[in-house]
Amino acid sequence: MSSQVARSGAATSTKIRGPKRPAGTLYRGREGMWSWVLHRITGVAIFFFLLVHVLDTALVRLSPEAYNSVINAYKTPLLGLGEIALVAAIGLHALNGLRIILIDFWSVGTRHQRLLFWIVIGLWIVLLAGFVPRQIMHIFFGGA
Amino acid sequence: MTTIDAPRTPHTPVTKNRRVNWEKWGWLYMRASGILLVVLIFGHLFVNLFLGTGVKQVDFAFVAGKWASPFWQVWDVLMLWLALIHGGNGMRTIINDYAHGRPRQVMLGLVFAAVAILIVLGTLTLVAFDPCPTGADPSLLPSFCPASSK
Repeated sequence: MSSQVARSGAATSTKIRGPKRPAGTLYRGREGMWSWVLHRITGVAIFFFLLVHVLDTALVRLSPEAYNSVINAYKTPLLGLGEIALVAAIGLHALNGLRIILIDFWSVGTRHQRLLFWIVIGLWIVLLAGFVPRQIMHIFFGGA
Repeated sequence: MTTIDAPRTPHTPVTKNRRVNWEKWGWLYMRASGILLVVLIFGHLFVNLFLGTGVKQVDFAFVAGKWASPFWQVWDVLMLWLALIHGGNGMRTIINDYAHGRPRQVMLGLVFAAVAILIVLGTLTLVAFDPCPTGADPSLLPSFCPASSK
């Protein structure tokens, strides 16, 4: 097979190469696939945080001391950065969720799904540009 | 003489299929709850992490101050139910995509149990909340408590 290609290639001075990635699918390797992957990853991460967050909030029923000591962990530099990751995950999941709704219910949503993905990324960057400096200020310069 | 159904005739007549289409309602729930959760969670993050001194303002007195208002009680209990069911249904979708047989059953059971337990625990936490527990350190209580030293 390759020798045939090489021979015909010698005749026309071009070589025929196989596609680098599987071709012929709508989603594979493009914005549609990556938005789907990111939606799943962020969704699972947010779900596990939610389990922890309901448990730590339930400590208010135990005692003010118990709640405050656990919630103080959220104020450390490490988890302060973790909250940036959390807001980033929630922001992406929320904005892409709205994109999914537009694709499902808006008559021309499917046609513009790729543009909508980049609008999601743009709004997500704006959201983080608003939150991240504020959070860094709170965590590293906010006193006790 | 045998007759042949018209092309694209459903295997079972549509009119006889009166069972509830749970997958359809689950699909719709993800979208409806998703829109509400965007508002509820962004509002939650804005008030708790952005305004004031951000996460450093959060303590028992802060939570007690918020839950003194029915507005935030309803806000938080809605967020609890909508988010846990939304997240649980999303996990169900992912488990159904990748797992089969016994592991799938076990994981679905764990997700269902986690969601059910946390909805009950979270709702009880909110409904039975006492902002001024007796015997607590007065410096940790919200200012509206008689025992508060704030």
